[in-house]
Amino acid sequence: MGGLTTLSGFEYVAPTDLTAAATALRDAGGRACVLAGGTDILVQLREGMRSADLVIDVKKIPELLQLEYAPDSGLCLGAATPCYQIYTTADVVNAYPALVDATRIIGGWQIQSRASVGGNLCNSSPAADSIPPLLVHQAVCHLAGPEGRRSIPVSDFCTAPGKNSLQPGELLATLTLPPQPANAGSAYQRFIPRNEMDIAVASAASWIELDDSRNAIKSARIALGAVAPTPVLAEEASQFLVGKAPTEENFSEAGVLARQVASPIDDMRGTVEFRVHLAGVLTQRTLALAHQRVQDS
Amino acid sequence: MTKKTHVTTTINGEETEFLCEPRQSLLEVLREVLDLTGSKEGCNNGNCGACTVLLDGLPVDSCLVLAVETEGAEITTIEGIAQQGHLHPLQQCFLEGAALQCGICTPGFIVGAKALLDRNPDPTEEEIRFNLAGNLCRCTGYDKIVRSIQEAADRLQSAT
Ligand SMILES: Cc1cc2nc3c(=O)[nH]c(=O)nc-3n(C[C@H](O)[C@H](O)[C@H](O)COP(=O)(O)OP(=O)(O)OC[C@H]3O[C@@H](n4cnc5c(N)ncnc54)[C@H](O)[C@@H]3O)c2cc1C
Ligand code: FES
Ligand code: FES
Repeated sequence: MGGLTTLSGFEYVAPTDLTAAATALRDAGGRACVLAGGTDILVQLREGMRSADLVIDVKKIPELLQLEYAPDSGLCLGAATPCYQIYTTADVVNAYPALVDATRIIGGWQIQSRASVGGNLCNSSPAADSIPPLLVHQAVCHLAGPEGRRSIPVSDFCTAPGKNSLQPGELLATLTLPPQPANAGSAYQRFIPRNEMDIAVASAASWIELDDSRNAIKSARIALGAVAPTPVLAEEASQFLVGKAPTEENFSEAGVLARQVASPIDDMRGTVEFRVHLAGVLTQRTLALAHQRVQDS
Repeated sequence: MTKKTHVTTTINGEETEFLCEPRQSLLEVLREVLDLTGSKEGCNNGNCGACTVLLDGLPVDSCLVLAVETEGAEITTIEGIAQQGHLHPLQQCFLEGAALQCGICTPGFIVGAKALLDRNPDPTEEEIRFNLAGNLCRCTGYDKIVRSIQEAADRLQSAT
């Protein structure tokens, strides 16, 4: 073996202050990139898909490593908090099971020790596993730029494959997920040709809230991944379930409706027809699993 | 050429200082600067796990870590798994169970398995396979690796 395939040269900074990081990012005028867990960006830099003169490591900024949960205020998740830390935190496992399902299947353990949900979102792949769960849990993105802060719903974050609404110099600081009502549950599943370590051909996240009798659905949200230029909410399918009984039949009907928002591409991973079919099946299955989780709680 | 950065870490229990360029991965520095060639390069993109080391106790692919990021960190490589000249039970069981052929994947499997057994001393076959899904082996077909890890788990448990 010769030498390792190396990265081309860049400077490295690891600011401890968010505004300093944003200012450095803006001042580099497009020649800088943010490093969280590095599991996307280091691969992209090495393979020449991206290039940079400056790498800004955000893992020394305390706010970006937060993992704060309280039943009445919900979850505040630092953008750089690694997946491993998320799925080993019992409160998060109980309150946001769909998000936890995703963090357990992003790569293998070595990837999960480093990969963050913030990085997964900012990479903005249509197949990113954490985004459908963030959509059904109505996450809010808190952004910080050199001039100040703003917050946007996660449904407004991704704009096209690999593109998002971060402005020059802007960073994702935290994600907040609202507290969970009683009788709510969620789930995320994807289809991949192997058992683990692959990119989703299609995926779905479902969230349901039952009424106190647990015989009727009070509200529901369904989101699909890898079947459109960005992960998408299936509004009509979600609305259909309101007031209905949580039965296999209704979940199956919701699956059929969810397929309408799928506008996938044909590629080596799957055909259009197959992906649309998967969107329906995964919707049905994640609804059933979310329901099961409410029953078990 | 970019200026070199001075980094201080603890590697296999010993305080270690090195100079590196920001673009150098931890794997490159281990192998080419520190002469710790036990960690292997299989893919250099996070898929194979041959370069697995423990970074502050957690398994990571050292090809996807910049060496400059490890300032102040604790790193364990395959060279730090044997203790006082004695092979770790995982190493002994891999040898006895013929869990390797070419051996490129072995350091990564042993380091990954050590992390697993540290947290879960009695994993099921499924737990072993799921937790080591980030380690690829193109020679053995995995069964002997899984059995050797189970055997090592048994020995470690009966020793305590
Ligand atoms: C072997 C392997 C398997 C993988 N498997 C999966 C998988 O199953 N599912 C999946 O969805 N992904 C997978 N990935 C992709 C990757 O691991 C995930 O997308 C991961 O969540 C990225 O997080 P990170 O912290 O490593 O991001 P980084 O690589 O550090 O960053 C990702 C992108 O976001 C930007 N960024 C990061 N943080 C911020 C911030 N706070 N503000 C602004 N911009 C930011 C970076 O500049 C970069 O463009 C895999 C990758 C590898 C190498
Ligand atoms: S060499 Fe690092 S994962 Fe393959
Ligand atoms: S023994 Fe050759 S890759 Fe595993």
